[in-house]
Amino acid sequence: MTQLALVIDLNTCVGCHACVTSCKEWNTSGQAGPMVDKNPYAAEPTGTFFNRVQSFEVGTFPNTQTVHFPKSCLHCEDPPCVPVCPTGASYKRPEDGIVLVDYDKCIGCEYCSWACPYGAREIDEQQKVMKKCTLCVDRLYDESLPEAERKPVCVLSCPTSARIYGDIHDPESEASKAISDAGGYQLMPEWGTAPANHYLPRRKVSIAIHEEDLQRVDNPLRKEDRGPRKPTTRTTLDDSTSW
Amino acid sequence: MKPAISVILLTTLIGTGQGLFLAFYSAEWFVLLGILRPPLNDYSGHAAALSVLLLALGLVASFFHLGHPERAWRAAAMWRSSWLSREVIALPAAMLLILGYVLLKLSAMDSIVLVLGESIPISISTVVGFGAVLAICALFVCTAMIYACLKFLRQWHSPLTVLNFLLMGCASGFTLASALASYSQDGRFAYFVGMAIFLTLAALIFRFATLLRNKGLRSPSSLQSAIGVHHPTIRQIAQGAMGGSFNTRAFIHSYGASVVRLARRGFLVLGFVIPLLLLQISDESSTLICSLAFALQYLGLLAERWYFFIEAEHPQNLYYQMIS
Ligand code: SF4
Ligand code: SF4
Repeated sequence: MTQLALVIDLNTCVGCHACVTSCKEWNTSGQAGPMVDKNPYAAEPTGTFFNRVQSFEVGTFPNTQTVHFPKSCLHCEDPPCVPVCPTGASYKRPEDGIVLVDYDKCIGCEYCSWACPYGAREIDEQQKVMKKCTLCVDRLYDESLPEAERKPVCVLSCPTSARIYGDIHDPESEASKAISDAGGYQLMPEWGTAPANHYLPRRKVSIAIHEEDLQRVDNPLRKEDRGPRKPTTRTTLDDSTSW
Repeated sequence: MKPAISVILLTTLIGTGQGLFLAFYSAEWFVLLGILRPPLNDYSGHAAALSVLLLALGLVASFFHLGHPERAWRAAAMWRSSWLSREVIALPAAMLLILGYVLLKLSAMDSIVLVLGESIPISISTVVGFGAVLAICALFVCTAMIYACLKFLRQWHSPLTVLNFLLMGCASGFTLASALASYSQDGRFAYFVGMAIFLTLAALIFRFATLLRNKGLRSPSSLQSAIGVHHPTIRQIAQGAMGGSFNTRAFIHSYGASVVRLARRGFLVLGFVIPLLLLQISDESSTLICSLAFALQYLGLLAERWYFFIEAEHPQNLYYQMIS
């Protein structure tokens, strides 16, 4: 069975929101219909987004680190949001594990959003239906796109390649390898939702620099204490010869 | 959670309607069994009609909760997995059966279909009424399970939720029945009042027990498990939206601690203590006192349902602690 998912590397995410804007751009102009964008240039801008980047400060000043944390639907393997939906509008595709909402069936009762512990679902205030990340399902199988672009737009747009896309049930996929090599983890594992999206943990990135790294101790010039020849003021052969 | 007004109205109105029907239908059986004296003029058809009206009002209120009420019929589809879907089936089923009971009682069509033990005549309306009782019980369970089945809303995820919905619905229904009985000078008044007092007291005990239980609850989730960074000090500095989002508008309330405390005390006093005192001092001729008891109890139960939402802590709020 296939389970498509994203693996997000918190080490490389710089919080630039490129995934947020490209997600909104693709999905607002795509199959899903427009996504609300209220007061975009005024105070209190708000609207529907499938993906958001949040920022957290970890530690106490001055020893702090900023963690940028992109958050979207995690396409849980045991999604609590699906069985509660009374209309069947919310469903998990058996073929690739993507959790989707059928906007033509949704009655906007909000019950699924109560059942998602991650706050990944949002009611669209214009269409009055529940919306959430589709993993760009309308790109993944589109044969009119070059094969390299059959990926979620957020993955393509990320300038630091912090987002890896793949089948986490295929141990050979880039996503699975990233999870096993870098200790990928799931959010709120305590609820047993088994999120398909994983996050790669922050690691220490400082290195120690010693004096001898800057100046070679075994520099042969230094060792024999013989510097380069000094410029001379005497006339040389070049000055006296004319031809 | 932020209280949803339409849901508060829905659950309290249908609870009272269901309780009211149970009151009159059970009294009817006690009359059949010869335990209670029959009323001079049988108005149980009208009482049941009031019960249908309350259920219908609840249904109307629930439509205001939907983004697409015109598609509401679709909500019956997933009854195999969704308690909400089951409620959507149980509510009209209960309404139809009670309506059938009303029509039989108010028309001349009601007739005796069998005689139990040679002395207890069972009429068609009694049989239909029994069906209504089953639907009402199913409806109580479905309504409460909508909340109780959400396992990470720990304040709701308990059998106490189902018990509370059942007891509070029945208590308000029997209080209303007492008011109607005293207005109609019905000899069964003592039964209604006795049951109303018993149910209100039981509802108070279990609601109080729930408050105590919820006080000691600790969520297993924290900001650490929410973002997977295991450091004791984490502070949110941006939530990815400056003007708020659905997540802040639908889940996070802005009522201060004093308002919440007032609501808690208010619902305990209005919903339970005062109605208990009023019912205690009422007698067959005190229609006004019983009506007052019902009105205050209903107000109290509205406050109770409001508090029920405020009480529940949604783990998604961990991600929405600071806008910037
Ligand atoms: S993250 Fe939320 S909306 Fe997405 S599948 Fe999991 S429970 Fe459902
Ligand atoms: S809001 Fe839509 S998708 Fe969510 S539970 Fe209701 S009908 Fe299903």
